[in-house]
Amino acid sequence: MSVRVLAVLLALAVPGAASAARAQQGLALYGRYCVSCHGPGGEGLPSVPAPSLRGVGALAADFYLRTGYMPLPRAGLQPRRSRLLLGPRAIDALVAYVASLGGGPPVPAPHPERGSLSAGQQLFTEKCSGCHQIVGAGGYVTGAVPPNLDEATPVQIAEAVRIGPYVMPTFTRKAITDSQLDSIIRYVEFAKHPDNRGGWSLGDVGPVPEGLVTWFLGASVLVGVCLVIGRRLRG
Amino acid sequence: MIRRTVRYLDQRAGAAPFVRKALRYLFPDHWSFLLGEVALYAFLVLVATGVYLTFFFVDSTHDVVYHGSYLPLRGQHMSEAYRSVVDLSLSVKAGLLIRQTHHWAANVFIAAIILHLLRVFFTGAYRKPRDFTYLIGVTLLVLSLLEAFMGYSLVDDLMSGMGLFIGYSVGLSIPFVGANVMAWLFGGAFPGAESLWPRLYIAHVLLFPILIGTLLAVHLALVVARHHTQFRGVRRSERRIVGAPTWPAQVPRSLGLLLAVAGVLFLLGGLVQINPVWLWGPFHTWQATNGAQPDWYLGWLIGGLRLVPGWDFTIGRYTVVPGPFWGGAAFPLIVMGFLYLWPWLERMATGDRGFHNLLDRPRDRPVRTAIGVAMVTWVLLVFIAGSSDRVSDLFGISYVDQIWFYRGAVLVGPALAGVVAHRVCRELLAGEAVERERARAETEARLARTSPGA
Amino acid sequence: MAKTRDWLLAGIVLLLGRTRSQPGDRERRLVPERPPNPRAELAVLALLGLSSSAAIAFVVVYALSAQTQLLGLAIGLALVFLAAALVVAGKELMPEEELTDEYPADERPPAQETVAQLVDDGVGSITRRRLLKLGLLGAGGTLGLAAIAPAVSFGPLFRVRELFATPWRKGRRLVDESGRPWRASDIEESDFYTAFPEGANKEEIGSPIVLVRLPPDRLALPRELTGYDASGIVAYSKICTHAGCAIAMYRAPLFQPGEPRPALVCPCHYSTFDPARGGEVLFGPAGRPLPMLPLEIDAHGYLRARGNFDGPVGPSWWGVRNRKPSSQ
Repeated sequence: MSVRVLAVLLALAVPGAASAARAQQGLALYGRYCVSCHGPGGEGLPSVPAPSLRGVGALAADFYLRTGYMPLPRAGLQPRRSRLLLGPRAIDALVAYVASLGGGPPVPAPHPERGSLSAGQQLFTEKCSGCHQIVGAGGYVTGAVPPNLDEATPVQIAEAVRIGPYVMPTFTRKAITDSQLDSIIRYVEFAKHPDNRGGWSLGDVGPVPEGLVTWFLGASVLVGVCLVIGRRLRG
Repeated sequence: MIRRTVRYLDQRAGAAPFVRKALRYLFPDHWSFLLGEVALYAFLVLVATGVYLTFFFVDSTHDVVYHGSYLPLRGQHMSEAYRSVVDLSLSVKAGLLIRQTHHWAANVFIAAIILHLLRVFFTGAYRKPRDFTYLIGVTLLVLSLLEAFMGYSLVDDLMSGMGLFIGYSVGLSIPFVGANVMAWLFGGAFPGAESLWPRLYIAHVLLFPILIGTLLAVHLALVVARHHTQFRGVRRSERRIVGAPTWPAQVPRSLGLLLAVAGVLFLLGGLVQINPVWLWGPFHTWQATNGAQPDWYLGWLIGGLRLVPGWDFTIGRYTVVPGPFWGGAAFPLIVMGFLYLWPWLERMATGDRGFHNLLDRPRDRPVRTAIGVAMVTWVLLVFIAGSSDRVSDLFGISYVDQIWFYRGAVLVGPALAGVVAHRVCRELLAGEAVERERARAETEARLARTSPGA
Repeated sequence: MAKTRDWLLAGIVLLLGRTRSQPGDRERRLVPERPPNPRAELAVLALLGLSSSAAIAFVVVYALSAQTQLLGLAIGLALVFLAAALVVAGKELMPEEELTDEYPADERPPAQETVAQLVDDGVGSITRRRLLKLGLLGAGGTLGLAAIAPAVSFGPLFRVRELFATPWRKGRRLVDESGRPWRASDIEESDFYTAFPEGANKEEIGSPIVLVRLPPDRLALPRELTGYDASGIVAYSKICTHAGCAIAMYRAPLFQPGEPRPALVCPCHYSTFDPARGGEVLFGPAGRPLPMLPLEIDAHGYLRARGNFDGPVGPSWWGVRNRKPSSQ
């Protein structure tokens, strides 16, 4: 009920949109999924810990909606990659609506093929590996869980670097230029399927799974061999 | 042919009587007596693969620029040591197989030592006259841990560099002398002098292997001098050993085990990737990666370091005990001290100073078993705590909550496990008594039936 | 032609034929005989054949591609098959025995007595035995000391003051990894930067610092650190005071409240430090706050150190609270 009332209020607040139908759809979706935290018109609500959406632009909306980070089940939680609630066209409409709330950067168009793998590896070690682990396998920081980057698309990586979702730092063009960003994305794309010529990769997360293999494969098999060899003169 | 060879050897070395005795040396029959052999054979694989690696490794931290085949590292500054390991892994034919086999062998070596130690502990095999053999065994474990840590560090990749720094910090935290000892060993403050790498290298490939090899030889010589222990059984007594002879029974089995150990290690080395150092990149003091962990055998120390809060114990401005000492040094010292002292502690507590060739079953000595289980639980809990960041990553359980849970669990868990173990031993023994009683009663009943005249 | 065929036939018979023990052998046996087991013999033969094939495969793979998985599989299987052959032979072909033997005597007092007596007799005619013993002990001990003395050359065993030294001093510019100086305007909020002293060795633990900018109203530096920031830019040693890892994580909340506050975090044992409060420990095993470096902005807008850190850099040791760090 109240949502519908809000949507009507919103309709009055919307600035002139390019496509009326799409704006209408975006507005309806906003009223359904976003308004309870971000408030009518995206300026936020005093009672809910959620940021204003004015000026975040298509970039942020595209990132949060296409990763399934939003909508959150409850305000204040760490957003995590989850199943998308909306189809691609609905997301387009909602992104367009959020972008229309006022200014903000557009969805970026990175060119990882122009980047350098080696520069990317170095930048990633400098800026990213502390949290995301050196091959992007994800990690831990007190109070949050930096995600594994396996499912992050090049566009999403570029968006995340500029936004800094949840407790991730925000990197402006001054800190990481677009061409440096291309290199980072190229490295992350590489790190999704890194050079695992040693065999079964165990997830490339280092000694913990190696220890499990040591005990549950190596040592167990050898104890089994001892059992076979050591039993004699029975029956 | 055989006779001619034997005659040749006997004439030159006078070996026939010795070999005759050796071929009839008796091996009592139990699979768990082979665990020590697994460790021995893993050590042989380590030496063999390690020698191959020395032909390619460069023990220098001299700064070089990488121009090799692995694209993500091209043009990067790194130490010569790290470059040589990347090249050895990616450009030398069979280099990666040998390196990975070496690493798996190290992991399995220490696992086998610990299994062997557990067997010796819980069966009371360390008692006189084998207490000295046992002490050498514990020393071998300590040396192997240090040796393995040095090998892990030598690569100078991002992960092992962080590990070496943590090791340095733990050394630094030793009360009164830590800073002096570490500045001395490293040739200055971390990252140390240029001569640190040659030092580390020679220690890893010469000093420690010789120490381990020598002590291993003494350990084995002492085993043979006193003969193997055996479990209780028909015809077996403190004076009489029952077993199968070296030849023909034991030789094919032990050789088979040697080859099986080598086979399993090479299969792991070829099929399961371990420590892909090219992915980690070079180490620099100002860089780090999430999820850096030591190899499993030091996992209990990372757990200790994470669990103990920042307790720097100070008197005035003097820092008597810096924080990392508790989890990184005091904890392993207590565990190792316990292992070293246990035979004497038990002797003092029980007053048993006799010679023992027969083994106990764990249930036969409920108190010893309870103490052992408590110790194992303690170490295991700290060990598992060391991987709580991975658990939080995988299952979303808060890391901070886990740390608080383990801080409690390491205090309560061991006592609880000990009490349970004691109880289980008691119940098993009681069950056996009941069983014996019933068997006796049944036999009596049968006798009564078959001889009605009584 | 016919001769060759005869030789070949003879060879095959020799190879494939079964050897049988002679009746006379039986009496001379020391190990009880075991009835022949042709099936097990066949199995051992097959295993040996498999092992050789795998070993040959290893050499072939090595020569052709040297692919790690194939190499490992080949050599591993060669070893495992040979192991299996030996175990089957041991269990199925070779005789089983269970023998008994006496354990060696617990001790041999007569031998002990003889040894002690021999040693005694050797030195028995010396009159000043106690003094000589002392002299021998002294000579051995001093020689041992002389032998290990050169080991002191390893490093500064008695000069731990070096641990207080850092390359920072008043006026030293902050540069990035490639040596480019940092301007105050480069440093933005909710990002973190690594800096080094201009011209110094970057690998020294006193060198790397982490820079973050906080809104000035969020800064709550302890009294002794007031003025260490340069318009909200704060600098801390990048080396964790717990166990030395690089502080490679900056927790920079996008939106407050509702998200954890800004913090510098070490990825090794998750010590968490508050950059707004002079690097105080928020969580984890670190025992000291992160050392803070006082900053200033020069006339050209470059960041410079205004002195050395407020406390020694790196993990704790016995003297870490005794002195302030010194400049090299």
